[in-house]
Amino acid sequence: MSDSPLLEVRGLTKVFPVRHGGRRKELRALDGIDLDLRRGETLGLVGESGCGKSTLARTLMMLERADAGQIRFDGVDPLALRGADLLSFRRRVQMVFQDPFASLNSRMTAGEIVSEPWRTHRSMYRTSRDRAARVAELLELVGLRRGDAGKYPQEFSGGQRQRLGIARALALDPDVIICDEPVSALDLSVQAQVLNLLNELQQQLGVAYLFISHDLSVVRHVADRVVVMYLGRIVEEGGTEPTFERPLHPYSGALLSAAPSLDHSRRREQIILSGEIPSPLSPPSGCRFRTRCWRATDECATSVPPVAVDAADGSHTAECFHPLQAEDQRLAVSAS
Amino acid sequence: MNADPRVALDVDGLDVDIHTPHAVLRAVDSVSFQAVRGRTVALLGESGCGKSMTATAIAGVLDPVAEVAGGSIRLSDGAGRVTDLVSASAKERRELAGKDLGIVFQDALTALNPVYPVGTQLAEPFRIHRGLSKRAARREAIELMRRVGIPEPETRVDAYPHQFSGGMRQRLLIAIAVALSPSVLLADEPTTALDVTVQAQIMSLLRDLREERDMAVVLITHDLALVFEQADRVVVMYAGNVVEEGPVDDVFGSPGHPYTRGLLDSVPVSAERGASLSSIGGAPPELSAIPSGCVYQDRCPLVRSLCREQRPTAREVSPGHRSACHFPDEVSSEEANRSVEVTR
Repeated sequence: MSDSPLLEVRGLTKVFPVRHGGRRKELRALDGIDLDLRRGETLGLVGESGCGKSTLARTLMMLERADAGQIRFDGVDPLALRGADLLSFRRRVQMVFQDPFASLNSRMTAGEIVSEPWRTHRSMYRTSRDRAARVAELLELVGLRRGDAGKYPQEFSGGQRQRLGIARALALDPDVIICDEPVSALDLSVQAQVLNLLNELQQQLGVAYLFISHDLSVVRHVADRVVVMYLGRIVEEGGTEPTFERPLHPYSGALLSAAPSLDHSRRREQIILSGEIPSPLSPPSGCRFRTRCWRATDECATSVPPVAVDAADGSHTAECFHPLQAEDQRLAVSAS
Repeated sequence: MNADPRVALDVDGLDVDIHTPHAVLRAVDSVSFQAVRGRTVALLGESGCGKSMTATAIAGVLDPVAEVAGGSIRLSDGAGRVTDLVSASAKERRELAGKDLGIVFQDALTALNPVYPVGTQLAEPFRIHRGLSKRAARREAIELMRRVGIPEPETRVDAYPHQFSGGMRQRLLIAIAVALSPSVLLADEPTTALDVTVQAQIMSLLRDLREERDMAVVLITHDLALVFEQADRVVVMYAGNVVEEGPVDDVFGSPGHPYTRGLLDSVPVSAERGASLSSIGGAPPELSAIPSGCVYQDRCPLVRSLCREQRPTAREVSPGHRSACHFPDEVSSEEANRSVEVTR
């Protein structure tokens, strides 16, 4: 195992050409994303709808071509790969989807769903006996039964379907699983079961997760590090505890403050942002958050904000002219 | 029954049946609760527990295959007149809708009519119930849009629903629901489709309107934290039944039902990061297979033979706090923390 990150992303940019009011415009869904994912860790990705979370996931999966920037996966640039090399990259990066009802084909049995990836990756589990044995193993690994291989998705509950989706992602022995809101369609009691499963699988298999969620309490529970996205940019990143305890970016502070909490000691004052996320077709100049930010000044409109560093933890940074100070941080986070 | 004039909505022993080709299923089983003016009562439960069915029964918009099979829904209007919505005629209901009972649905895009400008839809309650002229109703609509925080209402009044963002649409729905200052506002998952920063805006708006118009709010949600922050009382539902009911601080502070305890324990808390979450094993029963005896018996860590034989009735565990469990005193014990391994 090397110390270098498994997945290194630098300046990743994705632009969609769109027509708006009859004119051609550019929608910059991702604008210079930098992130590192280390082996066996969980990186939480937080942000509101429209911030580019899912585009980032799709671009990392090579489902979208990036327009600029570099990706390094285990030292190799997957953007340059073709044919068999690209196929072997795809094997190593898999995905678990949000909706366990829409992401499983209802005409295929659980066994067919889990073994389908091997029809593309033909070097794995060549004989039908091997495949059946591996399917049974995978089903048991995710807490289903061997005998479930013959059942159809609609015979399973929501939580069981999500387990099936996880088994399918594991079928190719990936190094990274991108989990796009994997529990947000599930009820609370079932959500806990699936989160526990993901945690156990990581300890057992050493797989790394990029865990996308809008639910801060879930991210706080599962992630080792977090990045916060706003309008196609990463505005803050750091270890989970420093980021949740001492948010630097006003947006992160507002997100934490707005999220309902069961914490009895929580202060009742909330930071309530005005307005909603602006259209990515015409993002604000300078700092993208300035239109909703209560700390914004003139310079936020004219120039790109510098990197602010947490005094207590150098790896915890945010892009902001006016990072939150201790007093605001106390207001933002549940004071426990 | 209850003479408290502050009670705006009194649901008593409500049963709702669903007629399927094979059987009649009871989706809501003798649900009772009250909503008091100026307060928020939350109906809390997971999908399929019957909370939305209860709401649609109150609103009178049940799916044609479902019908109210028993109980009463007493709504008192501003003048103190009480109407039982279950026995009310369609005409009586129409008169109450909007004027005394306002409803905010989850999905604002489907709840608004896409082919009419929002101003027309906002003006409707004033036109129908107050008989205002087009021009006067439009003025009221603009005022209402301003009140719920929609910028530039004078120009936006002629826009169509698709021209608004999700949060703004939800504000429009709230505006329509509170237009005539009803005594009861029914909010069915009003913020589930919204981002947290927008959710915070909407909940704060609802709170302000509740105070300003002295409404009783019935908040239907699956979000425990939202209930904790917004509601005064909570009604916890499971498999069509109310399993626990009481003041939010009491129910969340010392739950009297193992299901409530299980839900609370399933919430990821920062202190236990990376640790295994306690979860409730198994899944809620199908409506066609709700066990006789306690509805929660298959997933309950405290289950014993009495629970399988006899359905517990709600009993008071502390003032105003009732639980439908045979052994409410044991809910706080270590044993109740155990997750039941359910194989099915």
